[in-house]
Amino acid sequence: MLLLFASACRQDMHDQPKVQPLEASRFYEDGRASRPLVAGTIARGHLREDTKFYTGMAGGKEIAEVPFPVTEKVLERGRDRFNIFCTPCHDHLGNGLGMVVRRGFRRPPSFHSDRMRELPVGHFYDVITSGFGAMQDYSAQIEPKDRWAIAAYVRTLQLSQYARLADLPAGIRDLIPAADASKKGGAKKGDSRK
Amino acid sequence: MSQIFHRSTNTFSRITIFGAVFILGFLTWAFGELSRSTYATQAGVDREQPVPFSHAHHVSGIGLDCRYCHTSVEDSSFAGIPPTKTCMNCHSQIWLTSPTLEPVRESYRTDRSIKWTRVYDLPDFAYFNHSIHVSKGVGCATCHGRVDKMPLVYQQSTLQMEWCLDCHRNPEKYVRPRADVFRMDYQPPDDQLALGRRLVKEYSIENRTSCSTCHR
Ligand code: HEC
Ligand code: HEC
Ligand code: HEC
Ligand code: HEC
Ligand code: HEC
Ligand code: HEC
Repeated sequence: MLLLFASACRQDMHDQPKVQPLEASRFYEDGRASRPLVAGTIARGHLREDTKFYTGMAGGKEIAEVPFPVTEKVLERGRDRFNIFCTPCHDHLGNGLGMVVRRGFRRPPSFHSDRMRELPVGHFYDVITSGFGAMQDYSAQIEPKDRWAIAAYVRTLQLSQYARLADLPAGIRDLIPAADASKKGGAKKGDSRK
Repeated sequence: MSQIFHRSTNTFSRITIFGAVFILGFLTWAFGELSRSTYATQAGVDREQPVPFSHAHHVSGIGLDCRYCHTSVEDSSFAGIPPTKTCMNCHSQIWLTSPTLEPVRESYRTDRSIKWTRVYDLPDFAYFNHSIHVSKGVGCATCHGRVDKMPLVYQQSTLQMEWCLDCHRNPEKYVRPRADVFRMDYQPPDDQLALGRRLVKEYSIENRTSCSTCHR
């Protein structure tokens, strides 16, 4: 009986001499079992030849088009990732009033200004990759492909907040009282049409 | 030869032989209870952490998604513990002078990892994989509990084999729609079994009970 109890307490199979992700290690000087890659390492198939795709630049300028076809799936993925990584500060609509901003973080500019609408899509990719002013970069948290999906989604978001009265079908336009017209689109959606 | 034992000991020995069944039964029961107890499994016990990081503040308070920090949970076995840089995305500007955050700032300055204490830790002979559970509709809260209400993470489930198997035998009792996997406040509907059976079919979930699923 005692043997039975004793055997259950042996732990050597529980902690085997193999390493699990992020385990501490006494073997390496920095105490990390997960080893950093040697600078300059490139995994097979991951050579970043496609500079447009990886930097968002071509000939020193930010590119104006997403370097692959933007399907509905890409936009959905973009919305998902935007909601995870960007809304804490930029909010769901991109007006820059996220929860963290309300707790004292610097307020980012709204995505719905003329300047932001005119920026090439490559700029958004670059901001995610390299950061911008007070905003840190998100290159460790977001894959390049997802960065483009987010950039494409931000473009969609800008369009959705910038529908002009003239863009509405005639039947619907008539339903909106003229005096309210300028507020209708913007009222609920923040400072979209200044 | 005179008898060594008095006659009355006969009764005694009969009782002990009879009683042994109960004693063994009791010991088995006690062993079972003990090994499932929170003392043995450490379920429900807070761990001391180098920084009192609160999921309650960050998840309920400011509405962060699990994937903001546990970035690899959808596509790898390991959910990932965020590097110090992730904390600095925000704490480079807010709570700058808070003494509780000093270890974070120091880690950032010196590039030495913060040594978090593990809460969920299976023995090395068992294999676990997050991505398949997430993609087949098992919510974080099903296994980790209401993390968004925990000032410090504690272990919600026993992590014993029978706990894994209970679900692997009857996944329909627990699965939820994929879209709700990361939601903390998800409540299973009254007809969970009906929904569960439908999802099991839709996501083609199989009963994984062979030993080599987890012992490989
Ligand atoms: C922790 C808060 C925070 C998060 C999260 C965040 N940002 Fe920002 N962002 C800022 C701040 C603050 C600025 C303004 C920086 C400045 O002007 O110094 C900014 C600026 C920007 C700009 C404007 C650049 C310009 O040219 O003016 C873009 C575009 C942007 N962010 C995109 C994103 C995207 C996309 C995400 C999600 C991947 C994101 N941000 C996540 C805080 C954040
Ligand atoms: C702001 C970043 C952040 C967010 C958002 C976050 N976590 Fe965490 N999580 C951490 C850190 C840091 C740790 C390690 C310290 C600890 O155990 O408290 C951790 C630890 C954990 C652990 C225990 C890991 C272990 O075994 O040691 C679980 C489980 C967990 N998180 C689940 C979640 C879930 C579920 C969500 C979404 C509801 C979530 N986390 C959101 C940063 C975060
Ligand atoms: C998206 C922004 C964001 C990220 C990322 C973030 N925090 Fe925070 N943190 C906050 C905010 C906002 C508060 C203030 C909480 C409140 O007011 O409810 C806070 C508060 C805290 C506090 C309490 C400070 C005090 O003195 O009481 C600690 C500790 C903390 N965070 C640790 C961390 C750690 C560790 C990480 C990295 C795993 C992290 N945070 C990542 C936004 C963030
Ligand atoms: C089927 C049950 C289950 C589900 C669902 C689940 N986890 Fe886990 N989680 C575990 C187990 C078991 C461990 C311990 C793994 C080990 O020791 O190898 C763990 C460990 C962790 C850790 C510590 C780091 C690691 O990977 O070992 C974090 C962080 C975590 N889980 C977060 C999450 C998040 C976020 C979700 C929701 C997307 C989630 N978990 C869903 C069972 C689960
Ligand atoms: C709440 C439900 C639930 C719990 C608890 C749970 N699992 Fe699972 N697990 C699943 C589902 C559903 C699948 C997907 C089965 C399929 O269709 O392949 C799965 C699949 C797996 C797989 C992958 C199988 C394969 O062949 O790739 C492993 C490994 C696994 N689980 C290990 C564990 C371990 C270890 C535990 C306990 C620590 C555990 N699971 C607890 C629901 C659960
Ligand atoms: C769903 C995953 C899963 C499957 C399937 C599974 N196991 Fe396990 N097993 C575990 C986990 C997790 C543990 C660790 C339990 C703990 O830490 O208490 C474990 C522990 C064990 C142990 C050690 C118990 C101890 O106390 O050290 C044995 C022996 C074992 N399993 C045998 C088997 C056999 C035989 C089968 C096939 C009939 C099997 N397991 C199938 C997950 C699984």
